[in-house]
Amino acid sequence: MVVITVGAATVALKAVGPVLMGGRQLPAVVLGATRLLAPALLAALVITQVVAGPDGPAVDERSLGLAAALVALLLRAPMLLVIAAAAVTTALARLIM
Amino acid sequence: MSAMTHAGPCRDGLPGRGHRSLWEGMLAAVPLSVAFAGFGVVFGSSARAAGIGPAAAVVLSATAFAGSAQFAAVSILGAGGSVAAAVAAAVLLNARYGPIGLSVAPVVGGAWWRRLLLGQLVVDESWAIANRGNGSFDLQRLLGAGAVLYLVWVTSTAVGALGASVLADPKALGLDAAFPALFLALLWPQLRERRAAVVAALGAGIALVMLPFAPAGVPIIAAAAACLLGVRR
Repeated sequence: MVVITVGAATVALKAVGPVLMGGRQLPAVVLGATRLLAPALLAALVITQVVAGPDGPAVDERSLGLAAALVALLLRAPMLLVIAAAAVTTALARLIM
Repeated sequence: MSAMTHAGPCRDGLPGRGHRSLWEGMLAAVPLSVAFAGFGVVFGSSARAAGIGPAAAVVLSATAFAGSAQFAAVSILGAGGSVAAAVAAAVLLNARYGPIGLSVAPVVGGAWWRRLLLGQLVVDESWAIANRGNGSFDLQRLLGAGAVLYLVWVTSTAVGALGASVLADPKALGLDAAFPALFLALLWPQLRERRAAVVAALGAGIALVMLPFAPAGVPIIAAAAACLLGVRR
């Protein structure tokens, strides 16, 4: 029941944009908004992925991982290294703490 | 005749732009595949623990294809929550795919069923990889990254649902930190543009303020609304 409802709802949510507007130029007003959707959504995803937890928001080892990723970005490291820096730092922090 | 042969996508044997982007998308998805595989197995086994059969778990991964919503639904069911609560949480978490789908729509053409299917390859990570940073999207990168992540996610769900225990806890390997790092890395170059930086700061702020009290998923949609600033040039 849950599987069917959640599955169908997600398929529909993901399909509505492409099916209704696919291959067409979006109206200028919508385009103005979707242009800025990426920075807004990416920033929100960074925050939620770093602090959200089952028992409410928490600053934990993931924040150290993100800090490591930030340092890697400042050093102009390639994407793979940025992701690896975050994962390794978080893993090490969990091992120690 | 010669014009035709030279207009082909594989002129001089070099891969064309389309193939190269497809390949770039697949390559960009490789480090994330490790994280997807780890969490896919965990999802499969937690679905099993919550009383969801292997076939149903795989169907859920194949149709929902969005880790956070699936984990939310299964953990609510596993904790004895109602079906309605599980569905509501998952739908709220996936509501962001409405605007996300709209943002990629201009590059997804063809018959309605093709647009519907291509839309399913959109997940936060493939969407972020396909984003050119100027509001437009590269369909080939979306396809490459989306297909790799989709296959890994569905396969690893099946592995977990059939009872394989995880070799190592993905969290012990820090794999959960791979996702915010990816999003930050993809956001980074966009911050040079002032308006994008303002909207990003606003989005992050809204998410941070709402996280403690709003149901999961709501802070993300609320933050996405920050992009409406773009309408008011």
